[in-house]
Amino acid sequence: MSILDKHKILETNATLLLIFSFLVVTIGGLVQIAPLFYLENTIEKVEGMRPYTPLEMAGREVYIREGCYVCHSQMIRPMRDEVERYGHYSLAAESMYDRPFQWGSKRTGPDLARVGGRYSDEWHADHLRDPQAVVPESVMPKYGFLEEKKIDGRYIGDLLATNAMLGTPYTDEMIEAAQADFRAQADPDSDYDGLLERYGEDINVRNFDGKPGVSEADALIAYLQMLGTLVDFSTFTPDASR
Amino acid sequence: MSKKSQKFEGDPNTTGHEWDGIEEFDNPMPRWWLWTFYATMIWGVLYTVAYPAWPLINGATAGVLGWSTRGDVAAEIIAVEEANAPVNAKLEAAELAAIAEDPELGSYAVSAGSAVFKTWCAQCHGSGAAGAKGYPNLLDDDWLWGGSVEDIHATITHGIRNEDSDDARYSEMPAFGRDELLEKQEISQVVNYVMSLSGEAQDASQVEAGSVVFADNCASCHADDGTGDRLQGAPDLADAIWLYGGDYATLTETVTNSRYGVMPAWNTRLTEAEIRAVSSYVHQLGGGE
Repeated sequence: MSILDKHKILETNATLLLIFSFLVVTIGGLVQIAPLFYLENTIEKVEGMRPYTPLEMAGREVYIREGCYVCHSQMIRPMRDEVERYGHYSLAAESMYDRPFQWGSKRTGPDLARVGGRYSDEWHADHLRDPQAVVPESVMPKYGFLEEKKIDGRYIGDLLATNAMLGTPYTDEMIEAAQADFRAQADPDSDYDGLLERYGEDINVRNFDGKPGVSEADALIAYLQMLGTLVDFSTFTPDASR
Repeated sequence: MSKKSQKFEGDPNTTGHEWDGIEEFDNPMPRWWLWTFYATMIWGVLYTVAYPAWPLINGATAGVLGWSTRGDVAAEIIAVEEANAPVNAKLEAAELAAIAEDPELGSYAVSAGSAVFKTWCAQCHGSGAAGAKGYPNLLDDDWLWGGSVEDIHATITHGIRNEDSDDARYSEMPAFGRDELLEKQEISQVVNYVMSLSGEAQDASQVEAGSVVFADNCASCHADDGTGDRLQGAPDLADAIWLYGGDYATLTETVTNSRYGVMPAWNTRLTEAEIRAVSSYVHQLGGGE
């Protein structure tokens, strides 16, 4: 009982109580969080993951700025109904270059983790302009202003450099060519060989919004059309215990 | 400050805490509460033994029951697939046109196809399949690429004008205005002619000139009488059914900049049985041939 008797010292000393409470909470936090940093199976190895191209990265910024995550999740949970509706459940590796991740916690609209390639670019442009024109029962607001707002990718190299600093494997070459790659991806008539060389052969190079110039809609659609398409699931064998 | 205890006869012991003369009874916890508390502690320990829980050096403990979320969902999907395997095999083996004639297989195909449609197709073609501007109505008998179940099956499998499938249906209308193939006046004439095919032209005086422009530039795909050509996905212009709109402004836009409707190839996302099911579903909506 001696140690319990000493508890009175803590109870009557606010500073000590604070210090010891902090210690207790720290232990709880360490047990829950620390293993995620060293456990090898936190992020499984998958084929096909690559950093976002500059245009996709700009689209991601638009996605975050407009608060798309408030209504759309990007996390297919391992449940049969979700897998049948959206596709293979999301893997940790698929959001490893996301800072911050866009898993979300609420679905007013559908999950977007594998929306890439599911609809045509034109559908996305129509839908952003007036969601009710294609999905009458939708409650999504209109985002037509995105295609009016032209962007030049002036700061996209800085954004890539910041992500590189945080650990995303952007090379110096990628950062240097960021603005050129940004323009090339939205213009199928441009010389985009360098873009494909740096980011892979499967990059979508199209005029996403169907209008001249690079707009925020171009960037957002480029981002959406890539979502969930990177991992090659033909080479992926799920480890059931993960 | 009085230190005199306010304790009465029969009161439980106090905890010994005392603040300004106020003392705290040391009532025992109710038995039921205590036992529930101990039970939850034991439950907690057993639970972490039975299920994945404790992080170790190379991974977390798997739990003696061997349960996992991924294993669970995989098993559930396999169970459903196995349950449907015989009927799906039958669906894949059947002649497309014969599916509807077999009542059992036909009703399975239509219900399964309805689920596939609502998941994958409704976003463009509408949950009731009535389409939207630029996305064809599947309820009527006006088909761009053919309305037999085989044609519908081919369209769904490979899609239209996409980059996913080499067998995608493909055609491209020239942008007569943007690429300066026709003068503004000629476009106005041909638009009036096309409008006259299905009703009233906006300016009847231009129709005759428009028919010449049509015969020279449009008839090779849309046919001499404007009824279109399904081999090229060229719409019927004489039936008053419009994909993008039949008013003067929309038609001028169509002739000037052309249209390039894209549909994804579904063989990369759906199984053959699912494609056959949704083909059967679309075919029986009303316009199937």
